[in-house]
Amino acid sequence: MADITVNTRLIPAKDAPETPLRRAMRRLLRRKSAVFGLAVVAFFVALAVFAPLLSPYDPIAQSWTLVRHPPSLSHWFGTDDLGRDILVRVIYGTRASLLAGVISVGIALSIGVPLGLAAGYLGGFLDALIGRMTDAMLACPFLILAIALAAFLGPSLGNAMIAIGVTATPIFVRLTRGQVLAVKMEDYVEAARAVGNPRWRIVFVHILPNIMPALLVQATLSIAAAIIAEAALSFLGLGQQPPEPSWGSMLNSAQRFLINAPWMAVWPGLAIFLTVLSFNLVGDGLRDALDPREIGRS
Amino acid sequence: MLNLLGKRLLQLIPTLFFVSVLIFSLQQLLPGDPALIMAGEERDPAVIEQIRQQYHLDRPIAVQYLYWVQGVLSGNLGESMRIHVPVLDLILQKLPVTIQLGSMAIVIALVIGISAGIISAIKKNTVWDYAANAFALWGISTPNFWLGIMLIFLFSVKLGWLPASGYVPLTEDWRASLASTIMPAFVLGNAIAAILMRHTRSAMLQVLESDYVRTARAKGLYERTVILKHAMRNALTPVITLGALEFGTLLSGAVLTEQIFTIPGFGKLIIDAVFNRDYAVVQGVVLVTATIYIALNLLADIAYVLVNPRLRT
Amino acid sequence: MRGFRWAAIAATYFILAGLATGQTTLRIGLAEDPDVLDPTLARTYVGRIVFASFCDKLFDTDQNLNVVPQLALSHSTSADGKTVTIKLRPGVKFHDGEPFNAEAAKFSIDRHASMTGSFRKPELAAVDHVDIVDPLTINVVLKAPYSPLIAQFTDRAGMMVSPKAAKEAGDKFGLHPVCAGPYKFVERIQQDRIVFEKFPDYWNKDNIHIDRVVFLPIVDSTVRLANLKSGALDLIERVLATDIKNVREDKSLKLATALELGYQGLDINVGNGAQSKNPLGQSAKVRQALDLAIDRDALNQVVFNGEFKPGNQWVSPENPYYQQAFPVAKRDVAKAKALMKEAGVSAPFDVDFMVPKGAETQAVAEVIQAMAGEIGINMKIRVTEFATSLKQAEQGNYQAYLLAWSGRTDPDGNTYIFFKCNAPQDSMGYCNADVDKLLDEARVPSELAARKAIYEKLTKTILEDVPKIYLYHRRILIAHTTKIDGYKQMPDGLVRVVGLSLK
Repeated sequence: MADITVNTRLIPAKDAPETPLRRAMRRLLRRKSAVFGLAVVAFFVALAVFAPLLSPYDPIAQSWTLVRHPPSLSHWFGTDDLGRDILVRVIYGTRASLLAGVISVGIALSIGVPLGLAAGYLGGFLDALIGRMTDAMLACPFLILAIALAAFLGPSLGNAMIAIGVTATPIFVRLTRGQVLAVKMEDYVEAARAVGNPRWRIVFVHILPNIMPALLVQATLSIAAAIIAEAALSFLGLGQQPPEPSWGSMLNSAQRFLINAPWMAVWPGLAIFLTVLSFNLVGDGLRDALDPREIGRS
Repeated sequence: MLNLLGKRLLQLIPTLFFVSVLIFSLQQLLPGDPALIMAGEERDPAVIEQIRQQYHLDRPIAVQYLYWVQGVLSGNLGESMRIHVPVLDLILQKLPVTIQLGSMAIVIALVIGISAGIISAIKKNTVWDYAANAFALWGISTPNFWLGIMLIFLFSVKLGWLPASGYVPLTEDWRASLASTIMPAFVLGNAIAAILMRHTRSAMLQVLESDYVRTARAKGLYERTVILKHAMRNALTPVITLGALEFGTLLSGAVLTEQIFTIPGFGKLIIDAVFNRDYAVVQGVVLVTATIYIALNLLADIAYVLVNPRLRT
Repeated sequence: MRGFRWAAIAATYFILAGLATGQTTLRIGLAEDPDVLDPTLARTYVGRIVFASFCDKLFDTDQNLNVVPQLALSHSTSADGKTVTIKLRPGVKFHDGEPFNAEAAKFSIDRHASMTGSFRKPELAAVDHVDIVDPLTINVVLKAPYSPLIAQFTDRAGMMVSPKAAKEAGDKFGLHPVCAGPYKFVERIQQDRIVFEKFPDYWNKDNIHIDRVVFLPIVDSTVRLANLKSGALDLIERVLATDIKNVREDKSLKLATALELGYQGLDINVGNGAQSKNPLGQSAKVRQALDLAIDRDALNQVVFNGEFKPGNQWVSPENPYYQQAFPVAKRDVAKAKALMKEAGVSAPFDVDFMVPKGAETQAVAEVIQAMAGEIGINMKIRVTEFATSLKQAEQGNYQAYLLAWSGRTDPDGNTYIFFKCNAPQDSMGYCNADVDKLLDEARVPSELAARKAIYEKLTKTILEDVPKIYLYHRRILIAHTTKIDGYKQMPDGLVRVVGLSLK
């Protein structure tokens, strides 16, 4: 997973004419590239949701008289090695990729954020322990860890998501911890502590909401990386199981027809590229929109 | 400063311990029996039992771990079960290949990342900014295995300009060597260009608003001179340092890229070992990779402190 | 005039070829990186291809699967079938200059049979000991008659190694192997290349015309083919059936093919643990129905452009041991459904279908899935890494398993270890006393007719019990440039370099 450093901190709202969220949205929507990204993401989400309505063919039914036909009017993206319509399979494959992206990042967040909060707020031995374990995981090649985990859990889309999620966790631990350390000393946290709030309340009510923007940015960028990781695992046969389509597994079977049927490799690859690019654009846009240094300029 | 360095070095010990535990649990995680996969079609129970004994696979995992740690501490990373070659020899054989590939990738990443970063900083919020941004972003947005396949299709299969696979050492024939590594290096470099581009952009934006650039402009210097002579020099030093340190990330990226281009480097060594359940090789390579990564990160921290004198407490 | 010019060019070429500048190199693209290059410890198919160029065996096979002498001259079996006398070729030297004789032959066979970690042990399990009769004759004494022995000597168990080098290197012999083949080992860079050079003292040196042989493992089939087309390779193995058209259309390439000795089959868990407790595992009728539901011609057409050979037995229809009385049945869905009904299976049921990860296996599995679905068998595909699938098959953690066997020259190698009760490869959990008896009987006679009669009974039982469904036989597909002259493909898939020349 790309190691993207995020440096965002939300300035506490002081008599702002609009809420921070609103301002962020307004600023986000002013960035054309982010708007483009949002639109493409929305488009793919729509594809995933309405796949059965949009598809003129069955994504699984084979037709052995139509094997590896190039793109034509009846099959816009051509057909694959078992005579299935590639356009339909790309549309259905959207489900696997988006689910993999969102769920694996969800897993990473739900493990990584509590650990990061604990490490950052409580400090001491726990912090050191979590910190060194995080360092160790980050030091090992991401794909090797994911392959080992996915192979261990057994090949399926769900297990691939878990494998990616667990492997992506250290990034969130590290980010959360750093953010907590920065926010911990802010006046309003000190104030909450002075008033005698319990620890959990300080962490969840006063700290967590303030580090949300940074997490949001990283989550968006991580979804992009997770979609690529899912494709890589499926490409290696450790993700979505046939006959259900996924972009990675489509590329896997396309690989041996590169000379005879290059269209089999082009479309799923383009779909991955577009989706991932869009999530990256949205993530970058969010970062700029939430960056306090940029506020003076808006 | 020394204090900080000492603290960081001390932290290495538990980190390396966790790395070793993680590496060893890979062996437990990976399903399948290495003795069985070794045997392949020749599955005879007696022979398989013998292999298990020979490689201590019949011992409890904790005992196997101790054997391994003992070996590592005395400089012995074990031996490949598959080809009976010491793991250290394999690593020394592959490391130069991946270093060459990685260096070329870094250069490519710096060229793409810095130029895109400068353009988008100077032409902030214009079409140029977006275009440069998109160009840098397409690198991390493309799965590198797909980009690899497409490049092979275009430049090797269709055009026949570059070899589709293989590796020629620099010492043997430098032209052939460059030809054999340029595509994989591009695929790898492309993926980190975006990170460098983001850093260049923000560093340039900061520098362009600094006093001395304003002074330079006020002196009536050409804009080009201002940017090339004054702004760039200051903005790029940290970016180039960062680029060099991205080498650790590259080792991870090399896993699939080397596989696609049949480059006999670290990445191919490890992924083949994973699929062949050649434990000693997996463990040795991950250990070396992780150590390089940790060392580079340490250097990065030190460099960061040196660049930001305020942090020297 | 023209003839004269050619002769002149040819003469010049040969003079030049004698000089260092005219070195000829044969570059062979392999589909995998071979394992250790020690014939005792080796176990991969791809490794056998490499061995063929540097490690001669006692015997070899020809295009019609007849045993022909290589380092041996002849063999004879005693009346009780328990002593096999082998005469050795005189004047043969190993790469290190050591002589090949009865002592060396005994050493090599003993090493195969007893070394720690030897994969040849099961192949030579019938061997009791080896006696030296005279410097060029050995007696292989058997525990029980074992007619496939000579066939074993046509493969790695018959490869002869230099005793001196082997003793010195121990289990590191594979790092620098010393044999008596046409080429000798120069260097190996793991996952990159293995280099061999001509052995000047080879016993058959007049038939060696190329100076060096280099093997390059390139996993991706498209990349391998691209390298052949661009001239970076001279010969590649395992061309995909779907790329054949492409090779044929290219005037600078030639295709050499032979039908394999092995098969692609479908193992069915009939008695290996709890997973066998399902209609498919419990009822032979349901298995016969599945067999009838599969359209082997369509499968071959869709996945392999019709280039492979549909089959229903452990040997291909072109093999002398094929039983003509049991031809490949046509697909018959109605009959399959009737069989299902007879077996009392009315509702569709799921089958856990384990498929090893591989370029073509997944497509094969998907086609079978579609065909089986029509008679109410839902094959749930589970693509599993090969490493994992072996373990899970052994543990009985599957209901159907798509598994190929590379095949052996002798039909014993395609049957015994699979169908004998508790045999190493019997992961189906199949056990039938009649079958066990037939398997042992078939090992006694050495004439084809007598053995074939025994195998006919075996075939009948297996086709009724259906622990395995045989699907098709792959074609060994080797493509080479037209620069190579004299290439012939043998059914064992090996690439033989003796007699080849480069234009």
